[in-house]
Amino acid sequence: MRIEDLVKPNSHTLTCISREGVDLPQSSILNPQSSQDTHSSILLHTTAEDHHIARMAAVALGLTLLEGAIPSPLPGVKPGLANIVTLIVLARYGWRAAAWVSLLRVFAGSLLFGNFLTPGFFLSLSGALLSLLVLALAQHLPRRWFGPVSHSIYAAFAHITGQMLVVYLWLIPQAGIAYLIPIFAAAALVFGTVNGLVAARFMDNAETK
Amino acid sequence: MPTTLLRHIRPGDWLTLGLGIFCVVFITFRLWTGEQADKAIIRSGGKLFREVPLSRNQTIAVPGPLGVSMIAIENRRVRIASDPSPRQYCVRQGWLQQAGEIALCLPNQVSVELVGSHKRYDSLNY
Repeated sequence: MRIEDLVKPNSHTLTCISREGVDLPQSSILNPQSSQDTHSSILLHTTAEDHHIARMAAVALGLTLLEGAIPSPLPGVKPGLANIVTLIVLARYGWRAAAWVSLLRVFAGSLLFGNFLTPGFFLSLSGALLSLLVLALAQHLPRRWFGPVSHSIYAAFAHITGQMLVVYLWLIPQAGIAYLIPIFAAAALVFGTVNGLVAARFMDNAETK
Repeated sequence: MPTTLLRHIRPGDWLTLGLGIFCVVFITFRLWTGEQADKAIIRSGGKLFREVPLSRNQTIAVPGPLGVSMIAIENRRVRIASDPSPRQYCVRQGWLQQAGEIALCLPNQVSVELVGSHKRYDSLNY
């Protein structure tokens, strides 16, 4: 399945997003048959929005995995391709969905890579949390003037700030790390811009098609 | 193709980009305008152990609670060559060469700091 198919807002998903949960594709973690037999089984009602968020998080996870294969000159300097998905979700479905996708990606990604609750996990988490916080503010910038590129750059800077805070306050509390900040900041600027451009271009393509 | 890409950058995005570039340049200048270092201050257990000029290559053994940390000076650079600390952060930090750089081996309470000829001020009073 191509990424476009997953990210494209199909009419089906849009019509049945509602908080009450029209829950068209109702599914349970257990077999529907077995849930009728045993009284203690848990039935999870999922809405179409839940499915959509899960799909997006899966795409983000795929990009994270892909990124893991790219060699990096310095640990911590990564393109953050998964953030492209977050940006698209933010522009289309709002901050709440973007937060879900981003955090699901962090948690599921850490389970996938086997670094859940390790320093690496807390680095991603702090970066993601601070990015989301900044995006919550940045999304209110006038849309006419500020697009995904701005969102991406602000989020990228927030991301390294969050990571630096964890590194400085917890992992390596010493001044030496300060010498690396310019490298991280420059990488954030470059990758933030590129990711923003990719997201903007992708959304334009999807609209004109 | 570049013109189609530029289409996606809105006026405010240029502002953001400019601000970002300014921040990066500012941070770089702020953090990387270190002067030449010319001596290393070695501390052990919070007390001054030795002050060594960087002009001569040598290896210094510094005792700490966990064992002996080896500090190497070579070509006006200094590094912790070996240390008994479990995580080896200070060893992996590698060579230090600018004034103000510091490597701390917290478990063994050993640190080495580089200073320039004129010490930077902590505060100024008139």
